[in-house]
Amino acid sequence: MMWEIIQQTVNGLALGSIYGLIAIGYTMVYGIIGMINFAHGDIYMLGAYVTAISIAVISSIASMPVVLLLSLTVLIVVPITALHGYVLEKIAYKPLRHAQKLSALITAIGMSLFLQNYIQISQGARNQGIPTLISGGFTLWTDKISSLSAVMSYTQVVILVVTLVSMLTLAYVIKSTSLGRQCRSTQQDQMMSAMLGVNTDRVISVVFIIGAGLAGVGSVLVTLNYGSFDFFIGFIAGIKAFTAAVLGGIGSVTGAMLGGLLLGMSESFFSGLVNADYKDVFAFGLLIFFMVFKPTGLLGTPEVTKV
Amino acid sequence: MAKNLIKFGLLVGTISVVLGGCFKKDDTIKIGVAGPFTGQYAAFGEQIHKGTEKAAADINAAGGVNGKSIELVFGDDACDPKQAVTVANKLTGQDKVIAVVGHFCSSSSIPASEIYAASGILNVTPASTNPTYTERGLDNVFRTCGRDDQQGAVAGNYLINKLNAKKVVILHDKDTYGQGLADATKKVLNESGVNEILYEGVTRGDKDFNALVTKIKGLGPDVVYFGGLHTEAGLLVRQMREQGVDVPFISGDGIVSQDFVISVGGAQYTKNVFMTFGSDPLKLETGKKVVESFKDDGYQPEGYTLYSYAALQAVVIALSATDLDSSAAAMYLKDNSVSTVMGEKSWDSKGDLTVSDYVMYAWDGDSYSELE
Repeated sequence: MMWEIIQQTVNGLALGSIYGLIAIGYTMVYGIIGMINFAHGDIYMLGAYVTAISIAVISSIASMPVVLLLSLTVLIVVPITALHGYVLEKIAYKPLRHAQKLSALITAIGMSLFLQNYIQISQGARNQGIPTLISGGFTLWTDKISSLSAVMSYTQVVILVVTLVSMLTLAYVIKSTSLGRQCRSTQQDQMMSAMLGVNTDRVISVVFIIGAGLAGVGSVLVTLNYGSFDFFIGFIAGIKAFTAAVLGGIGSVTGAMLGGLLLGMSESFFSGLVNADYKDVFAFGLLIFFMVFKPTGLLGTPEVTKV
Repeated sequence: MAKNLIKFGLLVGTISVVLGGCFKKDDTIKIGVAGPFTGQYAAFGEQIHKGTEKAAADINAAGGVNGKSIELVFGDDACDPKQAVTVANKLTGQDKVIAVVGHFCSSSSIPASEIYAASGILNVTPASTNPTYTERGLDNVFRTCGRDDQQGAVAGNYLINKLNAKKVVILHDKDTYGQGLADATKKVLNESGVNEILYEGVTRGDKDFNALVTKIKGLGPDVVYFGGLHTEAGLLVRQMREQGVDVPFISGDGIVSQDFVISVGGAQYTKNVFMTFGSDPLKLETGKKVVESFKDDGYQPEGYTLYSYAALQAVVIALSATDLDSSAAAMYLKDNSVSTVMGEKSWDSKGDLTVSDYVMYAWDGDSYSELE
C-alpha cells in the first residue's frame, strides 16, 4: 500500500507541475489586466508542434545526448511561443484594453479558435507524435510482501526539475528585479504606476511573453512525457490550468503553482484510490467547493472596494 | 451607376451558377461519404476517404452507374455526434445525396442514420460496429463490418481459452463504441465465470492515465482489455509499460491504424498488444487488383480502407439494380448478395452481414498480423 501512495504522489506531482506551469500564464495576465486569456492553452498546443518539429530538425542535423537535444529544443520553443504571446497581445487585446471586459473575453475565445484552426490547416489534423526519448526510471520504494515498487521515470524527474528551476527563476524576477517591481506595481494600480514613470504597455507585453514562454516550457515537457498530441490539446489543458489558477487564487503566481499541484494530486489520488470515471467530476467539484467557501482561492487576496 | 452594374453582374453570375448546377445534375449522381476527416481520429477518416475515392474512380472508369458518373460529397464529423448530425442534415438537405457511406464512430453513425432514414436514404457504414446501429428497426442501415457482440465474443474466448486469464481489468473510453465493446467482452467473460477485477472508464482526450495504471499495477491482473480508440489506447499502453505493467493488452478494431504506433510512442511499446479485427482483407483473392492499385499510388490500404471500398460498391450495385431509387436499393441489399472487393457479401433483415469473420491480431514492432 505504501508504494501505491508514493507512486500516486509522484504521478500527481508530475501532472500538477505541468498544470501549474500553464496556469502561470492565466494568473499573471489576469492579475495585471483583469482578463482571462482563453487563447493561452492554444499557445501551449502550438508549442507542442514546435517541439516536435525542432526535435526532428535538430536530430536530423546531428546526433547528440538527450539532455543537449532537449535544452536546444527549449531554446527554440520558448522564444517562438513567447513571440506568439507578444503578438497576440498586440493585435488582439491591446486595441480593446479600454473596451468592456466582455469584448476582450470574446476576442480571447476568437483567438483560441483561430490558433486551433491555423494549426489544423498548416500542420494537418492527424494525431502527431514524437518517438520516446527517455525511458527507464528510479525505483523509489519496494513493497516487501508484494514486491511491487514505486517508480519515478526519468521523464518525471526532468519535469519536476525543469518546473522547479522555471518557478525559482520567475520568483526571483518578480521579487528582486526592477522588471518584477514594475510588474507588481502595475498589478496594484496601473494608472498610478504610469504616473510614476512605469511603461505599463511594456510591462503588459512582458507579462504575456513570460506566460507564453512558460507555456512553451510546459509543452516541451508534456510532449516528452506523453509523446502524442493534436491541435485540440490546448482546450483540455487550458481548462485544467485555468481551474488550477482559480484554485490557487487567480492573480497569485505562487497560488497558480500550488493550485496546479493540488489539482494534479487530487486527480491522481481520486482516480487511484476511488474511481477513474469520476476523476474530472471530483476535480471540478473541488473547484466549486472553493468558489463557494473561499472564492479567492488558496492565496488570492480579497478584492478591496476602492472608494 | 457603377453600383448598379456590379449588382447586375452579381445577378447574372448567380443565375449562371444556379443554372449550371441544374444542368450538371443530369449526368452525375451524388453519394455522401462521412467520417472523421479531421481531429484526433483523422487516421480512420483517411481510410474511409481513400477507400471510397478509389472505388468511385474505378466505378467511373468502368462506365459509372447506369451511364452516370459518381460524385462523392465528403462530410467531416470529427467523430463528434453533434457535428455528425449537422453533416447528415447538410448531405441530405443541401447536397441532396442519394446514398451515404459512413460514418466511422458508432456514436456518430447512430444519430446520423436517423436523419438518413427520415429522408429514405441508403446508409452503409464501413466501420461502426456498435450493435445498436442495426437494432433500431431502421430499413436503410447496413454495415460492411461485423458487430461488437461478435467481436467481444472472439476477444472473450481468446482471453479465457488462450491466455487462461483469471484476473481481467476492463477499461473503456465512455463512448458508444468503446463502452459497448467493453461490455460485450465483459458479458462473454462473466458468462464463463470470469469476473473482472476492475471496470472503469477513461476520458477521451485525456493524456495522463498514470494514476489508473498505478491502481492496475496494485491489482496485479493477467490481462488488460480496453474498448476504445488508438489515441487513448496508445497512451495507456505506454504508461503501463513505463510503470512496469507488462501483461497483454487487448483491444478491438479501434486500434487498427498505423497511427497507433505514434500514439504509443514508438515500435518498442507495441509488444504484447493484441486486437480483434475482421480476417485480413488484404489477403483476399478478390481484392488483389485493388490492393495492388492502392500500393501503386503509394498508399497501404490498412484497416477499414477496403471495407469502405466495398461499402461504396454495395451502394452502387444496389442503386444500379433499382434504377437509382434509394429505398428500393435498401430492400435489394437485403434480398440479394453482391460481389465486392472483399468477396461475396449478403445482409440479414436488420442490415448486418450474414457472416462475420473476427480473428485475433497481434502487434509487433510497427505492423500487425493475424494470429495463427
